[in-house]
Amino acid sequence: MTMTRRRALLLGAALTLSLTAAACGSSGDAGSGTAASSTVSDADLQKALDTGGTLTVWAWEPTLKDVVAGFQAKYPKVKVNLVNAGTGNDQYTALQNAIKAGSGVPDVAQVEYYALPQFALAKSVADLNAFGAGKLNGTFTPGPWNAVHVGESVYGLPMDSGPMALFYNKDVFDKYGLTVPATWDEYVAAAEKLHKADPKAYIANDTGDAGFTTSMIWQAGGKPYTVAGTDVGVNFGDDGTRKFTATWQKLIDGKLLAPVTSWSDAWYKGLGDGSIATLVIGAWMPANLESGVKTGSGKWRVAPMPQWEAGGKATAENGGSSLAIPEAGANKALAYAFVKYANVDEGVKTRVDGGAFPATTAQLQDTAFQNKEFPYFGGQKVNEVLAQSAAQVVTGWSYLPFQVYANSVFNDTVGKAYTSATTLQDGLKAWQDASVKYGQEQGFTIK
Amino acid sequence: MATSTPIADRAHRRGRGPASRGPLVIRRGRAAREGRSVTLTALTAIMLVYTLLPLAWLVINATKTQEGLLNSFGLWFAGDFALLDNIGTTFTYNGGIFTRWLLNTLLYVTIGAGGATLLATLAGYGLAKFDFPGKKGVFAVVIGAVAVPGTALAVPTFLMFANLGLTNTPWAIIIPSLVSPFGLYLMWTFATDAVPKEILESARVDGSGEFRTFFRISLPLLAPGTVTVLLFNVVATWNNYFLPLIMLKDPDWYPLTIGLNAWNQQAGTAGGEAVFNLVITGSLLTIIPLIAAFLLLQRYWQSGLAAGSVKE
Repeated sequence: MTMTRRRALLLGAALTLSLTAAACGSSGDAGSGTAASSTVSDADLQKALDTGGTLTVWAWEPTLKDVVAGFQAKYPKVKVNLVNAGTGNDQYTALQNAIKAGSGVPDVAQVEYYALPQFALAKSVADLNAFGAGKLNGTFTPGPWNAVHVGESVYGLPMDSGPMALFYNKDVFDKYGLTVPATWDEYVAAAEKLHKADPKAYIANDTGDAGFTTSMIWQAGGKPYTVAGTDVGVNFGDDGTRKFTATWQKLIDGKLLAPVTSWSDAWYKGLGDGSIATLVIGAWMPANLESGVKTGSGKWRVAPMPQWEAGGKATAENGGSSLAIPEAGANKALAYAFVKYANVDEGVKTRVDGGAFPATTAQLQDTAFQNKEFPYFGGQKVNEVLAQSAAQVVTGWSYLPFQVYANSVFNDTVGKAYTSATTLQDGLKAWQDASVKYGQEQGFTIK
Repeated sequence: MATSTPIADRAHRRGRGPASRGPLVIRRGRAAREGRSVTLTALTAIMLVYTLLPLAWLVINATKTQEGLLNSFGLWFAGDFALLDNIGTTFTYNGGIFTRWLLNTLLYVTIGAGGATLLATLAGYGLAKFDFPGKKGVFAVVIGAVAVPGTALAVPTFLMFANLGLTNTPWAIIIPSLVSPFGLYLMWTFATDAVPKEILESARVDGSGEFRTFFRISLPLLAPGTVTVLLFNVVATWNNYFLPLIMLKDPDWYPLTIGLNAWNQQAGTAGGEAVFNLVITGSLLTIIPLIAAFLLLQRYWQSGLAAGSVKE
């Protein structure tokens, strides 16, 4: 009981804060100071590293701990305070609080791709072109590199990426004679066959997840969001979206999706005991399976994401985050030097060794990386499949500049499709209306 | 607001009422009690099970490993008994940060709840036993403050503390915890009845100063009320979640509530490690001091709850 009340309060606070933060955004860019106009050269960065100083980094990504250790060993004059200020939304609330209060703002913050435009538009985070981020074109795979851009500006360096793939429990597939689905139609057929054979088993879990739904629409070629500065369009009526809803509605109507929320303990349980047979999810999942679902060891495999057309090669990104530099930070040159170390230079290898999935093309194409055999996945060369997916991400996707808010009302709108007679398409329409209304209130021009 | 004091007085009078009609009430009560006893016992038993079930779940599941937790029935033990392992890991995980959180919580509780109790006792006693202009105004403010939940004030408090540069420091938790309008009101009501005017008058006649009177005569009389308020404040501060969530971003200053939540959140992170077993064991360890405090101070607590309801 108390948890629900707390959640509600938290949400209320988060909304108030995102309102104010977005309001700040439309009232001009008082924060963007001298650093954005003057270019910081590599020599300046080196100088900042040699001079040293203290950096506060807000991030929840576990492998950064080792990156910080390596960084401090290489640059002994720099002291990095790695702070877990909350995961996802909690951290964004805290970050917006700190920016609004003008104190306690970290030098570097982990921001997921879907949330970055919100901070970028409010000019809360610095344009990294001033530090030469533009030169990194080609360093990262197109999906994440596109995700850190707003127009020509670069608001963060990609830390990890989540090109999607189909994770499936091979034991369950073998037991019920299922073949790995290559298309979404085959996926639905497999869902029916599995649930019929074992009423306790489901092809997947889904109770309505904004990140998953938008990624699925992304893969289907839908482009519900169009963003040009403060001109924003929201339209879930396009063909791509309809392709997704038509198929997914079949799974909902047939009660073929486990009513289990992702990341809950029931979810971890289902992934271990075979009652959730597949996951269509980002490439960062192997590390989570290895540490969270030890009983699933040897059972899981990875296959390419099912396609909308037989023989197609389209994927989407799911999750993933960047490291951004808040405009209010005191030593942005040093902060950038750290971000570059972590996301472009030595830090990437440290993180990959720790189980993270990189966003850099060099690492993804590295033969040692691709040939790594995962005992958890029965010796499969998982990264081969995942790296391939990274190269096939559909281009041209963008999130809303208020996606954090939009995602927070996803369950009030689209969520109804999972629990009542509302269809998925109607739910998306309600979500669209709620997003448009909020956008207008925030002063966006909605097309 | 002028009507508030008479209402409070009337409540006291009403409380006194049945006692004066004692015999009748007792007779009726006794007859009724015999008839109801089975139902009441059953209700109490259900209530007991309802209250203890989450606790039993917590104790049982604290003995399981992360895998055992997911693969066994929630209300019975798994094959492996990992309680000691879990406790050990809880204290060593993440470089032993749990101990730090425990000490932080103790710090906030000792200074915050202790200070709040001291202030409430002093102020409640002062308001109950001294007449001064503006007393009704103070009453209105206190009653008003009781009605405003601390959670609603958390965000404004955060902005204020941010301007003072106090966020991310223990003061951000301790200072707001020092204010307990409810404790103040309780002490006020309690002191009105617990310290007879006659004693204070005779103390004054004997030449005792006000401070001496307070510490030597009134304070012992106020002890049941003070302990009640102390327990209220300890529980509130120990379980405080929203305020530290907003105020603190440095895990070194987290109290247990926020720390455990951070561990719980790990499971929902790409690359994060699910440590539900440690979250559960940590929760169990977190409530043990509270249970101990209740058991030790139980008798004060009970007499404190009845304070003001009956007058000899």
